[in-house]
Amino acid sequence: MTAPRPLRRLSPLAVGVTLVLLLGALLVGLLVGAVGLSPGAVLSEVADRLPFVSVDSGLSEQEAAIVWDLRLPRVVLAALVGATLAAAGAAYQGVFRNPLADPYLLGVAAGAGLGATIGIVTLGSASAVVPAAAFGGALVAVALTYALGGAAGGRSGTTLVLAGVAVAAFFTAAQTFVQQRHADTVREVYSWILGRLSTVGWSEVALLAPYAGVSLLVLLLHRRLLDVMAVGEEEAETLGVSVSRVRLVVVAAATLGTAAAVAVSGLVGFVGIVVPHAVRLMVGSSYRVILPLSVLGGAAFLVLADLGARTLAAPSEVPLGVITAFVGAPFFAVVLRSARRGWGP
Amino acid sequence: MSGIVARGVGVRYDGRVALEGVDLDVPAGEWAALVGPNGAGKSSLLRALAGTVPVTGTVAVGGRSRHEMSRRRWARLVAAVAQHPVLPAGLTAAEYVLLGRTPHLGYLAAESRRDVAAALAALERLDAGELAARPLGSLSGGERQRVVLARALAQDPEVLLLDEPTASLDIGHQQQVLDLVEGLRRERGIAVVAALHDLTLAAQYAGRLVLLDRGRVAAEGPAAAVLTPEGLARFSGARVALLRGPDGELVVAPRRHT
Repeated sequence: MTAPRPLRRLSPLAVGVTLVLLLGALLVGLLVGAVGLSPGAVLSEVADRLPFVSVDSGLSEQEAAIVWDLRLPRVVLAALVGATLAAAGAAYQGVFRNPLADPYLLGVAAGAGLGATIGIVTLGSASAVVPAAAFGGALVAVALTYALGGAAGGRSGTTLVLAGVAVAAFFTAAQTFVQQRHADTVREVYSWILGRLSTVGWSEVALLAPYAGVSLLVLLLHRRLLDVMAVGEEEAETLGVSVSRVRLVVVAAATLGTAAAVAVSGLVGFVGIVVPHAVRLMVGSSYRVILPLSVLGGAAFLVLADLGARTLAAPSEVPLGVITAFVGAPFFAVVLRSARRGWGP
Repeated sequence: MSGIVARGVGVRYDGRVALEGVDLDVPAGEWAALVGPNGAGKSSLLRALAGTVPVTGTVAVGGRSRHEMSRRRWARLVAAVAQHPVLPAGLTAAEYVLLGRTPHLGYLAAESRRDVAAALAALERLDAGELAARPLGSLSGGERQRVVLARALAQDPEVLLLDEPTASLDIGHQQQVLDLVEGLRRERGIAVVAALHDLTLAAQYAGRLVLLDRGRVAAEGPAAAVLTPEGLARFSGARVALLRGPDGELVVAPRRHT
């Protein structure tokens, strides 16, 4: 450990280490797959696509398609989903000053679950409408939570969280009801709920990228204000911060990103809560540091988790949500044990 | 520097009147202590002055009313120290004090070197410079209060509101904190409004006492005029003797029932 510094800023070392971790994860994700392609060939295939570089990878057209249309979009999608969920989780923890907050706090998961279930039972799991239905359901659920929290006269974050509990319970009940009425699709619905990234081509990446981009940008811009929110609502107001406005903007951005991520990946749990806490335990509790490192760390974590999901029980896939919890929980236990830091929100 | 003025200020919580028709004038460089029994409205008046509760009537600093101003502009004029400030355990003292610069920053702006310098200077001014790199969770009660005051000072305010700043401090640290506030009042002409439980400290530090009772001002003036055994028996149900210290300073001594 270095000597304590009065103001901890994002250190180039921490960014560098996390970035290397992410690049390593992306590389491994690209090199490993069901079809055995030699790493050298995959790397030269990638290099060949760079401007001003021309290398013959020796891959057939079909094999090249595996690299470009299966593996690469999948690792990129995993990175985007992981980054978005981790940033949203960190933002929720900050804005609600609640270490247990995760991106699904205000009903995103239940809303997306209902939307996706309705989509699957009416149009089938292959339909391109399913992500849109999940996305829409998630946004509707959070909007309802906000309306309910406001109607309850609550200006406080606690009222909003309680409203989220009610909305989530209602949407989950509706989802279970719809699912039970269409028992033939239970398997598809179940697979969606456990989270999975099975892509063909770049369409999911294209779907998620704009929302993830906006969400990450807005959240990163609010990292200083999240530190101000840490002193509580009333004190933040005496510091001139409009707490309800900041909360609305942060929740809207986090929800947009989370809804889009859920739409393409299903419900991947644990990333939004474990990654920000692991970062917090390692580098302190300022959101200026937590948010950027959570983005990189979340991306790396989910790329590796997805690698596990598609290789551990190949040729069949393990649900991604199972891997994130299975790997995340022990990893988190180690971080928790080795950290001597306080557990401040 | 300008003082703070309240006219006909009222505060209600869910229809229950916590404060009604309160007038208050605290010019620049003056120290007013709010005294009175629990529930008399001291914290409500401080909230009204800080602008964190909806109020009837007007509150103004230097002729500029709270209503005409954004929350951020008001926070550049008025700093508040809460009775139980939230100190996020993982932040260092310097990071915490830097939060005091918030009202001087644009919505999404980052602090400049000048803001950092102002925060560190505020820590130094409150004899807490050596605490800069310490996590808040590791500070003692007296250290915590100095760091919280430093955050308020970093706001560069014209008015400083303190809600029971000496609660849960031992007597030496109570005096240390009040001496520091007194220093700021003298050297910068900051107007100080402090709710104080300890009537002896209130009498010795504040130039003027404002006795609140059931949401109204019951008495106002120099300590000797406001603190009378009859008044304290009536408003606080307290049995006290008013004594004079070696230098003629007022001492409020509790007396056991005989």
